Amino acid sequence: MAEALISLTDVCKQYSRGKLIVPVLDNLNLEISQGDFLALMGPSGSGKTTLLNLIGGLDRPTSGSVIVGGERVDKLSENKLAKWRSQNVGFVFQFYNLLPVLTAQKNVELPLLLTGMSAKQRREHAATALEIVGLKDRAKHRPRELSGGEEQRVAIARALVSDPSLLVCDEPTGDLDRATADEILSLLQVLNQQHGKTIMMVTHDSKAAEFAKHILHLDKGSLTFETNQVGSEEPA
Amino acid sequence: MKYFGLIFAGVARKPLRSFLTVASLFIAFLLFGILQSVSKSFETGVDLAGVDRLIIAPKYSIVDMLPVSYLQRIQQVPGVEVIAHQTWFNGTYQDPQNFFPRWPVPPAEFMQIHSEWVLPEAQLQAFINTRTGAIVGRTTAETYGMSVGDKIPFIPDIWANLDGTSWEFDLVGIYDGIDEKVETSQFFFNFEYFDEYRAAGKGTVGNFVITISDPTQANRIANDIDILFANSTSETKTSTEKEYQQMFANQIGDIGFIMTAILGAVFFTIILLTGNTMSQAVRERIPELAILKTLGFNSASLLLIVLGESVILTVFGCLLGLAAAAVLVPEFSLSLAFFVGDMALTSDIVVTAIALSIALGFIVGLPPALRAMRLNIVDALGGHT
Repeated sequence: MAEALISLTDVCKQYSRGKLIVPVLDNLNLEISQGDFLALMGPSGSGKTTLLNLIGGLDRPTSGSVIVGGERVDKLSENKLAKWRSQNVGFVFQFYNLLPVLTAQKNVELPLLLTGMSAKQRREHAATALEIVGLKDRAKHRPRELSGGEEQRVAIARALVSDPSLLVCDEPTGDLDRATADEILSLLQVLNQQHGKTIMMVTHDSKAAEFAKHILHLDKGSLTFETNQVGSEEPA
Repeated sequence: MKYFGLIFAGVARKPLRSFLTVASLFIAFLLFGILQSVSKSFETGVDLAGVDRLIIAPKYSIVDMLPVSYLQRIQQVPGVEVIAHQTWFNGTYQDPQNFFPRWPVPPAEFMQIHSEWVLPEAQLQAFINTRTGAIVGRTTAETYGMSVGDKIPFIPDIWANLDGTSWEFDLVGIYDGIDEKVETSQFFFNFEYFDEYRAAGKGTVGNFVITISDPTQANRIANDIDILFANSTSETKTSTEKEYQQMFANQIGDIGFIMTAILGAVFFTIILLTGNTMSQAVRERIPELAILKTLGFNSASLLLIVLGESVILTVFGCLLGLAAAAVLVPEFSLSLAFFVGDMALTSDIVVTAIALSIALGFIVGLPPALRAMRLNIVDALGGHT
C-alpha cells in the first residue's frame, strides 16, 4: 500500500445551531494514500462536504486529528492554515466559483499571487495550467463568455496551477450535462494518473464515482463501506 | 502591488455604481477645493491689508454715512498724515451680473494713500483734473474690455443723480497692482462730481481712510478720533484696515464656521452614501471573497484588498474634484477679488484634501473590510452569511 497522504483519527465534528448541537461526523477514522482518486458518496446531510472541508483545511474538527502530508492541519493558526492551503490543496467546486471580472488567465493566476513569482512567471504558469485543461485559446475570455464545462476546466486549472499534491472537488460535475461531466471526470483521471495528484471528490452521481479508484460511502457521519473499482466491497 | 489587479477588478465590477460613487466624491471635493480657497483668501486678504492705514467708519453700521466735514477735524489729530474717503456707489454696469466695486473718492489723496496701486502720472493728473474722470483696475478693464477714453455709464440704484438719468464717467486711467497679489478689480471716480450731481445725501461719505506716521501709535490715534465724535449723531469706529476688512467679512457671517458647516454636512452625507455603497459591494461579493480565502488569501490580504478599493475610489474622486476646482477657482477669484484676497487652490489645500480622501476611504472601507476579514469560509461558501 502507498504511503498515506491523509490521515484522520477519531474525528468528530459538531455544529451549533443556537442551543442545538448538530453532530455531523462521528468518531471517523480514515487514511487516504498518496496518488489515490477517491469518490465520497452518501445522502444529503451525511457529512461529505464537512469531511472534504476538514481535509482541505477549510474547517476544523471538534475533536480528533487531521494530518495531511505530515502536517497536523487542525492545529495550524489561521494564517498558517491559509498558507498551507495555498501550497498544498487545490479546490474545485460545483459552481466553479470563478471571479467574473477576471479573465480565465487572471483567474488561474490568483493562487500564484500568494507566491513570490513575478508577473511574467505567473502568466507562464497559468498558461501551462490552461494548456493542461485544454483551454489555452480561451485565456483572455471572461467566465460569462465560457460554457459550464469550460468554466469548470478553468477552475481545475486554477486548482492545479500552484502544483498542490491534493485536489478536493465538491460535486465538480453537479452542474454539467453527462457528456461534459465525463470530459471533466476524464480530465481529473488524467491529473490523477499522469500528474500524480491525489483527488478526493464528493459526488451524488454514481457514474461520476466510477471514474475514481475507490468509493467511500458516508452515512449519518460514519463511513459505511468502501468500494474499490475492481468490484469488491469491504467494510470501511 | 501584486493585488492592484484584483483591487481594480473590484472597482470595475459594477462600473455604474463606481461611476456614481466617484461622481459624488468629485462634487464633494470640488466643493472642498472651492470653499477652502474662499476661506483661505479671506485670511490672505486680511493679512495683506496695510498696517499703516486706519479706517474711520460709522460706529454702528457700514451702511450709515459720515459728514464729509469730519475730514478737517480728523486731519488735525496728531499722527494723521493723509486723509481720503470713499463711498459705496453700487449701480449697474450694462447688466446686473457685471459686478465690480465702484467708489467716488478724492483722486489725489486717495491714490496717495493707496500706494499698492500704480497709475501712470499723466493718467493720475487726468483723474485729478477731470470732473467726470474715472479709473479702473486692470482686471476689470480686461474683463469688460474697457480702455482709456471710454464713456462708462451706470444705472443708479442707491445714488440717483439730479437729472434722474444714468451716471456717465470718462475713463482716464487704468491702474495696476505693484505686484500680482494686489487685486485690481475696483472702479474709482471723482467725488466732487458725484457730490454735486447726486440727488440726496450731499456732504456725506461712507468712511474715511487715513495714513499714520507711526503704526505703533495706531491705537492712540484711533481713540483720539473716536473721542472727537463721541455723543454726536454720527459716531465713529476707527480700526486698522486689517480689522475693518475682517469686520466687512464678518458682515456675511463667520466665514470659517460657514465653510466648515457646509463641508461637514457634505462629508457626513458622503460617508453615509459611500459607506453604504462599499458595504453593499462587499455583501454581493461574499462568495468571491470566500473563494479568495479558500485559495489561501489570509485575513490581512482581504482587509487590504477591500480597503484598497475604497481608498482608490475616494482618492480618484478627490483628484477629479481638485482638478475641476483648479480650473474654477481662478474664475471665482476674478469675481470675488474685492471681497477676498487672492483666491488660489494652494498646495496645503490639495494635501489636506488628499489626506482627507484617504481617511474617508479608510472610514467607509473599514466596516466592510473587517467583515471580509472575519469571513468564515464554510459559512460563506454555504451561503450562510
